[in-house]
Amino acid sequence: MIVVNTEYVPGYDVVELKGLVQGNTIRAKHLGRDIGASLKNLVGGELTAYTELLTESRRQALERMMQQAQQLGANAVVNVRFTTSSVAAGAAELYSYGTAVVVAPKAP
Amino acid sequence: MDLFFDFPIIITGLVLAVALLFVGFIVGGIRERHHLADIERRDHLHAGFPVYDIALTPPGMQPSRGELVLGHVVIASDHFKEFVARWKSRFGGELKSFVSMVERGKAEARLRMIESARQQGAMAVINVRFETSEIGGGVDTRAGRSMSEVLCYGTAIFE
Repeated sequence: MIVVNTEYVPGYDVVELKGLVQGNTIRAKHLGRDIGASLKNLVGGELTAYTELLTESRRQALERMMQQAQQLGANAVVNVRFTTSSVAAGAAELYSYGTAVVVAPKAP
Repeated sequence: MDLFFDFPIIITGLVLAVALLFVGFIVGGIRERHHLADIERRDHLHAGFPVYDIALTPPGMQPSRGELVLGHVVIASDHFKEFVARWKSRFGGELKSFVSMVERGKAEARLRMIESARQQGAMAVINVRFETSEIGGGVDTRAGRSMSEVLCYGTAIFE
């Protein structure tokens, strides 16, 4: 599955549009991680535990989106966008969406 | 009379609060300088690598494929800066102490994206987008802790 955030796929031609596909996940913060982060908050800088948590969650959202695309019979997703929002105290929603398409390699 | 008994407690509290601010100021400052130096070094390393926020294939390049690349960081401000910002926000104006935090986040996310693209052997990254979101307000909302999530993503193109 090819996933890009451009409206076309470099090196390929879009043959058919399959429609909007999306994937989301809502993750709550781990209490232990939150305490660790509180301490880290004192001195500032990167909160590695949260970076990892969100990276992992975003991958899951992407995978769900790709699964949907596969079900539609697409072999690529173009124009992918991401949004993050905190839906409740301590929980973040990660959402990714794009357009599922069928692509074929450009004729040389 | 009550004040007399509370006095040591008030003093202890004050001393502790000031100590925390001091730790935030010193350690946070050192960490920030280290981070900024690291960003500058890596920026220099990737100076020649083309990164664009237009979707157009760069003239002269004929990519055979493209792939999404992500760079991502969660960054927090230190205690001292937060304290300053909280006061400053009562009067409006630019919150300089937060500007540096968000700038660091943006640079770090961008560099991580570039590093990921170069590791895979890309020749450029196009259609770059930035996204910042506030994910603070965890268990302890009162403290008004500010954490920002910065995401930088784009399409890496390959020969």
